[in-house]
Amino acid sequence: MTDEAVAIPPSEERKPDLPPPLSVAGPIAWLRENLFASPFDIVLTLVSVLLIYFVVPPLLDWLIFSATWTYPTEVVLGDRAAKFQDCAPGGACWIFVRARIGQFIFGFYPEAERWRVVLSFAIGAIGIYGLLGGPDRFKKYAGYLFFIAFPIISVWLLRGGLGLTPVTTDQWGGFMLTLVIALVGIVLSLPIGIILALGRRSKLPVIQLLCVVFIEVVRGVPLITVMFMANILLPIFLPADMDINVLLRVLVGTTAFVSAYMAEAVRGGLQAIPKGQFEGAMALGLSYWQMMRLIVLPQALRISIPSIVNTFIGFFKDTTLVSMVGLYDFLNMVRAGFKDANWVGVELSGYAFCAIVYWVCCFSMSRYSMFLERKLHTGHKKR
Amino acid sequence: MAEISAGHTTHTTSVAWWRDERKRAIIWQLVVVALLLLAIAFIVNNMIVNLRTLGIPLGFDFLDSTAGFAVSFSLIPVNLDSQIGRLILAGMLNTLLASAIGIVLATLLGFMIGVMRLSHNFLISRIATVYVETLRNIPLLVQLLFWYVAISKLFPGVRQAIDVGGLMFLSNRGIYAPRPVAGDGFGIVLIALVVGIVAAVAIRRWAKQRQIATGQQFPSISVGLAIIILLPIIVSLALGNPLTWELPELKGFNFQGGVVLQPELAALVLGLSTYAAAFIGEIVRGGIMAVSHGQTEASFALGLKSTWTLRLVIIPQALRVIIPPLTSQYLNIAKNSTLAGIIGYPDLYSIIGTSQNQTGRAVESVAILMVFFLSLSLLISLFMNWYNKRIALVER
Repeated sequence: MTDEAVAIPPSEERKPDLPPPLSVAGPIAWLRENLFASPFDIVLTLVSVLLIYFVVPPLLDWLIFSATWTYPTEVVLGDRAAKFQDCAPGGACWIFVRARIGQFIFGFYPEAERWRVVLSFAIGAIGIYGLLGGPDRFKKYAGYLFFIAFPIISVWLLRGGLGLTPVTTDQWGGFMLTLVIALVGIVLSLPIGIILALGRRSKLPVIQLLCVVFIEVVRGVPLITVMFMANILLPIFLPADMDINVLLRVLVGTTAFVSAYMAEAVRGGLQAIPKGQFEGAMALGLSYWQMMRLIVLPQALRISIPSIVNTFIGFFKDTTLVSMVGLYDFLNMVRAGFKDANWVGVELSGYAFCAIVYWVCCFSMSRYSMFLERKLHTGHKKR
Repeated sequence: MAEISAGHTTHTTSVAWWRDERKRAIIWQLVVVALLLLAIAFIVNNMIVNLRTLGIPLGFDFLDSTAGFAVSFSLIPVNLDSQIGRLILAGMLNTLLASAIGIVLATLLGFMIGVMRLSHNFLISRIATVYVETLRNIPLLVQLLFWYVAISKLFPGVRQAIDVGGLMFLSNRGIYAPRPVAGDGFGIVLIALVVGIVAAVAIRRWAKQRQIATGQQFPSISVGLAIIILLPIIVSLALGNPLTWELPELKGFNFQGGVVLQPELAALVLGLSTYAAAFIGEIVRGGIMAVSHGQTEASFALGLKSTWTLRLVIIPQALRVIIPPLTSQYLNIAKNSTLAGIIGYPDLYSIIGTSQNQTGRAVESVAILMVFFLSLSLLISLFMNWYNKRIALVER
């Protein structure tokens, strides 16, 4: 009753609302709530400000403002090669990267043939995009492209032969080699990982035991041990006349390693499928492989895409370990640059460059994986 | 067809053997076992032939031969005349040392980062986020190399070492710190420490029983801590300070006395723990967030203080979520310590690599590596599983 009495008569113009008091909304309230809520909070804020003050400006200064970005005039004129002494002492030496960027990307790949590397990775990129981000009706073709056509085409493009100039694998290096190892790992480890995961959940005790032993042994030892094993034991375990090069040996080791982790990622997806799906498929009279191929795996793989991508990010970082068995991947190629007499002392800038490149790759992949997780979880999660 | 239509008496015989699921399962497994045995026979045969042509015998007798190479750091005394077996043992100890320090530091730093990420303070949580996102997206090997260069290139030489209050000296040859020297009667101080710990535990038990029986509380934690800290100090003062500290001193070209943390070990431990802390921070954050907010509210409604809420309600439930992934992070630290070789720290992998190069005993070297890491993994998992069982909430 009283409400009606107080209500504003329709004839009178409604006055604009007053803004909320400053202590509740607005920047001051935000500051008070997020930075100065209690005495302890004030101390924390001051410590943080000090930390930022002592870290961020010197870091930016070293990376950008005091860094050397351009060649001195003698180098531009072509009188001599650039060297470490051309860099200002208080900053990063980016002309080191500029002078060697070709090698960092392509290794010792002949310059005239580098388009082949670019082309084959472009095909791979289209395949990955089609598999993860493209429209659903193209996924099947993207799968064929990435898992069947891409490996064959890129082996031909990268190694040469059949009309192309041959390029031996010891000429591969730099970022290209990093990508080759990472992509071989993903293309081979996914099918092997699926088989291992199915084997681990199999009802046949012998097969289950074999898969469990393989997965747990590989996951229990460091990657470098697996690589060491592949590197020195494969030549002993295979007939003497079978000569396989270092790259191939390392690829066998890394693939075995990442397959074990991939198997666990896929197993996670398989466990998330309700039992009714299996029973429904069996009730329809589907055989084991039909059930897996048509009913279970399409759902399980979809669920495990984020963990598959995470496994891949971890593996991408682990590719740096191949430098410990003497391959010239991106990191080792940069390190090889330090041995040049012109560039003695450039280590810190070189590692900073490596760190930035790996960070950009891994960070964007992890953001993409989070985006996929949100996209794929719409049907499963109540939010 | 005729068999099936007529076979209402014997149902099992009517199915052809290749259609019987159980028989098929046995046959498949036999095929797999046969293939596996064939592969093993192939490998063993090749191995015997290859090793014979190379002239390398099989067996662990090479562990007794003289190594002839030196290691830069070891917990047990080794020299150029040491046996390979002894060097490998030194490598195992080095790996264990680096992993142990790495695990302790990573846990401390990681818990701090995880709590910081959940802080209401805007700056603190952002700093923790930037830390996590930066460190976990850069390969560990790059970070290790970076720390090694930073320590050995950016720290000044021994003569210009950075002086931290006259106690610690940071130089490119390592971090020098005071070394405790036990004098006469130090054993009694240690006994006092043990007595203090036992007394604190006893007080805690008594306080718990009294609280259950009567409801009366006793500040057992602060009293216990006071006993643990004060008792040894009083005993030590009474005995006239048997424990003295030997300070590192600059003599000639290097520091004398004190303990030295080598730059290789320092870089390894720093790299391993800061990298793992980024992952542990995320695990801790996830664990705390997994405890529903209703638990906090209910605990406040019961009148518990916020420190008690944290200690009695949130942490026990969060630990349940935290421990399993934390175990795999600990395993990762131990496994990642094999990267030490690239910065010159003589861990097991680099020593085995060198000795394999020298002796050519590939199979045995790989076997030692695998057995060591598998048992280390098993040990850490067993310990963490035992701890996990201990802290698991008892459910009906």
